[in-house]
Amino acid sequence: MLEANNLEVVYDDVMLVLRGVSLRVPEGRIVALLGANGAGKTTLLRALSGLLDVHDGKITRGRITLDGEPIHRASPTRIATLGVKQALEGRRILAELTVEENLRIGGHSRPRGIKQNLDRMYELFPRLRERRRQSAGYLSGGEQQMLSIGRALMSEPRYLLLDEPSLGLAPLMVQQIRDLIVKINAAGTTVLLVEQNATMALSIADHGYVLETGKVVMDKPAAALLADEDVREFYLGLRGEATAQSFRDVKHYKRRKRWLS
Amino acid sequence: MTEFLQSLIRGLGSGSIYALLALGFVIIYKSTRVISFAQPAFMLAGAVLVSYLAADIGFFAAVPVAAVLIAVLALGVERTVLRPMIGKPVFVVAIITIGVDVVVRVVTNAFIGLDVRQVGDPWGLSTVTLLGVEVQQRYLVMFGTTVAVVAVLFAFFRFSRVGLAMRAVAYDQEVALAQGISVGSVFALSWAIAGGLAALAGVFVATGAGVDQQLWVIALKALPAIILGGLDSLGGAVVGGLAVGVVESLVGTYQGDVAPWLGPNFALVAPYVLMLVVLLVRPYGLFGSKEVERL
Ligand SMILES: Nc1ncnc2c1ncn2[C@@H]1O[C@H](COP(=O)(O)OP(=O)(O)OP(=O)(O)O)[C@@H](O)[C@H]1O
Ligand SMILES: [Mg+2]
Repeated sequence: MLEANNLEVVYDDVMLVLRGVSLRVPEGRIVALLGANGAGKTTLLRALSGLLDVHDGKITRGRITLDGEPIHRASPTRIATLGVKQALEGRRILAELTVEENLRIGGHSRPRGIKQNLDRMYELFPRLRERRRQSAGYLSGGEQQMLSIGRALMSEPRYLLLDEPSLGLAPLMVQQIRDLIVKINAAGTTVLLVEQNATMALSIADHGYVLETGKVVMDKPAAALLADEDVREFYLGLRGEATAQSFRDVKHYKRRKRWLS
Repeated sequence: MTEFLQSLIRGLGSGSIYALLALGFVIIYKSTRVISFAQPAFMLAGAVLVSYLAADIGFFAAVPVAAVLIAVLALGVERTVLRPMIGKPVFVVAIITIGVDVVVRVVTNAFIGLDVRQVGDPWGLSTVTLLGVEVQQRYLVMFGTTVAVVAVLFAFFRFSRVGLAMRAVAYDQEVALAQGISVGSVFALSWAIAGGLAALAGVFVATGAGVDQQLWVIALKALPAIILGGLDSLGGAVVGGLAVGVVESLVGTYQGDVAPWLGPNFALVAPYVLMLVVLLVRPYGLFGSKEVERL
């Protein structure tokens, strides 16, 4: 179990961004983390994978544990070795390198398994096999997202943290990514899925959290969240009558709503 | 024709020195975004170290041993002096590397004294006849060794796990960290490699000529080489270094006849003229990428 307890994160010594967040990611599950722009979702992932330092962020209170062992003081190198791996928001593939080089870099913390893991990734993402020798920069958006996820998986992490994998992708591609996440989870990797696309996330998650300006305002089984009036209105853009394409509109939905006040 | 070939090979030989130094600059720049002005000192220290070691273990053993020792020295400097500076303005860090350069050179000078020290290389100024052209052996050795070193280096960056990690750090530090790559180790390693390359370059300068306190001045010619090739391109560093060597040599050979009005020392400034011309056409160097900021 990967667990955050009463976490406080500050950027640049002054900006309090997470204000006592607690979250549990039980082994084997898919947990969804929802929230509007700027709620602190990415910040929480950075805290979990030890990447706050690069952003001048600090954990000022609370703790993060992996199977009960505290890891909030560990280096990102150590956390990756322990099996917690993040696919960063915006894909962040290394455009000048080839597809295969990107993948091999993802296997850095598990050098012995590179060969099998490459095969495993090409099995999972056949498009990447065809393009293994090409510059990663020439991949389409969806392929780049697959590469980003594949790169994270190359070290066989136990916990995969995905930051908005559906961002900027066409609906059909979002479906594919969704199915891939289910497949990855079924193969034994626990997933923490950050999404603006709540329909997609809640349709595959076991449990969901809603973050609002640095606080967890909802913590419910995914089915309960899907049924929740506020979630339906704000994230799914549904008011009773369901419409299949509505999540596309939600992506552009900018109005902030306070859950608790 | 003979004169041309001789001049060309001389140029490739001395160009090898600039290429090795330029590679060090570029490797450090790519991973840390800092230009290290400590390279001249490591070059001097490498040559001096060989001049001491060669007496005991022979020239051919002394060169790799010295390269490794200077690499360790450079790594130590990075860990102790540069590491605490991470996040400081690039300009400040560059100044600190100048400080490192001065300190290392002053210490090294104490081991040189006022005489010229010999590195004990077997070539000296002796020549060999190649395709009917008489050329100095040392230039062939320098060029051949550099070709081999460059090939190994490129294979390292292309195929090895650590080399790939270094490239990942060069392009996106956060991505590298997220893959579990230790960025700190990459910084240290890039200094070590640059130090080793500088030491080798220092030995090249000293073959046939010996080591004196002014040897480090040669390293300044690596600057037009890296500007020429582009600050962030390894291939550019090699091509730039060789180009500077060849231009300097050819100008030295022919300018007296072709354009004597340029004065007797024009060969010394020729690399800078070449650099300015290239920069007018391609502001980020021959192979550099556009986003490199000029200092
Ligand atoms: N490096 C940083 N320095 C200072 N403030 C930051 C930094 N990164 C994020 N923030 C601030 O922290 C808050 C939370 O940002 P975060 O990126 O975690 O939100 P998010 O929920 O991931 O948003 P989005 O959906 O837009 O990705 C925002 O107000 C943001 O401006
Ligand atoms: Mg985010």
